[in-house]
Amino acid sequence: MPLRLLKFALSRQYREPRMFRAHDRLRDRYDAVIIGAGGHGLAAAYYLARDYGMTDVAVLDKGYIGGGNTGRNTAIVRSNYLTVEGVRFYDESVRLFSRLSQDLDLNIFYSERGHFTLAHTESTLRTMRWRAEVNKHLGVNSFVIAPREIKRICPSIDLDCGGHMPITGALYHPPGAIVRHDAVAWGYGREADRRGVEIHQQTAVTAIDVKNDQVVGVETSRGYIRTSRVLSAVAGYTPRITKMVGLRTPITVQPLQACVTEPLKPWLDSIIVSANLHLYVSQSSRGELVMGASLDPYELHSERSTLDFVEGLADHLLQLFPFLSDVKVNRQWAGMSDMTPDFSPIMGTTPIRGFYLDAGWGTWGFKATPVCGTTMAYTVANDCNHELIAAFNLSRFEEYELVGEKGAASVGH
Amino acid sequence: MKLLRCPINGLRPLQEFLFGGELRDMPDPAVATDRQWADYVFNRQGEPGIRKEWWYHLASGTWFIAERDNAKDVILRTYLYGAGGQDA
Repeated sequence: MPLRLLKFALSRQYREPRMFRAHDRLRDRYDAVIIGAGGHGLAAAYYLARDYGMTDVAVLDKGYIGGGNTGRNTAIVRSNYLTVEGVRFYDESVRLFSRLSQDLDLNIFYSERGHFTLAHTESTLRTMRWRAEVNKHLGVNSFVIAPREIKRICPSIDLDCGGHMPITGALYHPPGAIVRHDAVAWGYGREADRRGVEIHQQTAVTAIDVKNDQVVGVETSRGYIRTSRVLSAVAGYTPRITKMVGLRTPITVQPLQACVTEPLKPWLDSIIVSANLHLYVSQSSRGELVMGASLDPYELHSERSTLDFVEGLADHLLQLFPFLSDVKVNRQWAGMSDMTPDFSPIMGTTPIRGFYLDAGWGTWGFKATPVCGTTMAYTVANDCNHELIAAFNLSRFEEYELVGEKGAASVGH
Repeated sequence: MKLLRCPINGLRPLQEFLFGGELRDMPDPAVATDRQWADYVFNRQGEPGIRKEWWYHLASGTWFIAERDNAKDVILRTYLYGAGGQDA
């Protein structure tokens, strides 16, 4: 054991600097309250402080920092979406992500791996070609490749899938990356905290006070806060928050499960996704295979995990990589996905003045963390939707102007 | 294995069923405004609670109603649409 660690263990005081301050007291007024201390909420707090000088901000979380879907996703970052609105939005996120370690002065382990979305049928391949053309048009590095190219970059793959579902091609997106997701929340939290933002964990919002369609305050488990601006960034808890202000939305909640195997020697450099097999897999820097599948098949407000999920996932994984049959699954978990009918988020202003939504993050929220921070900070500071999120407003449903991202969500939609 | 009671076929494994979403009242299309119709088409009760839901038994082609607590994942009653229920 290193001497430094031993000294640390024997010390009565905590010698290392903490990343966040712990506040004894919740004040009774803030310029803005952000509900949810996940990546999205903390990123918004950071950019509000950095870019708009708004530091009188409280970030409230009923649990702990990054304990929701920020810490439950499979940490994939990419921008090869299908709609113009989606591609522009996610590509800005990739750009912000790629320099985030420097911005936050914290290593977020941003690792460009190359992202394959495998096709096993002609119709899937047709969607891939469509996506590739939209992507290229908007300057995103994304193109369709033949099976032999997949084999060259990922030699251990079984192109025939045991004869069951031969691979017909793939959409290849070289900038596709994985990130250490906890570090994203911690980095944003630390930098927001340094600028004066208060992060209050274990503080649940129980009601939102609205008078004449204007937010005037928030009731919490630790007292009442007067504020005129509230940003909800709570993913799977969104319907509970929107109910507090009487807002109807199309959001329904379904669990999304994931798991990791025991650590293996590095063998998988790329991120492999198969829409037809409902599977995505990458190898973390610790050597674990990080895997996910499609949504659970019905609405549920629970973070329980199931044997059905691991069985189904293992079955599909072995089609692609039969040599993994002896590998053990170490952990599995679930997050609550706030799904929308068009697979695009719901962001920005609402009919209630001062109440802003960063929601509808379904299965695609982590990769948008930085761009949600910048665009929601702009929206909250100026009370006006940022141009990148204008198409994602809640009003699109009553105006029948959906943003159909269906073909682009990787798995199981 | 999770079981669900089909009103026609009795207790069957959950894999034999498809979730059909919340049971909702359709406004009269002839008189509903665009806004009311959009509310019916898109908006849902997203928060946790006890809901009446459509479920479909794939093997026999039976649509029926289940009353379910979607926070605890407990099915309270199942019955054919329009009929009274029996406890699950």
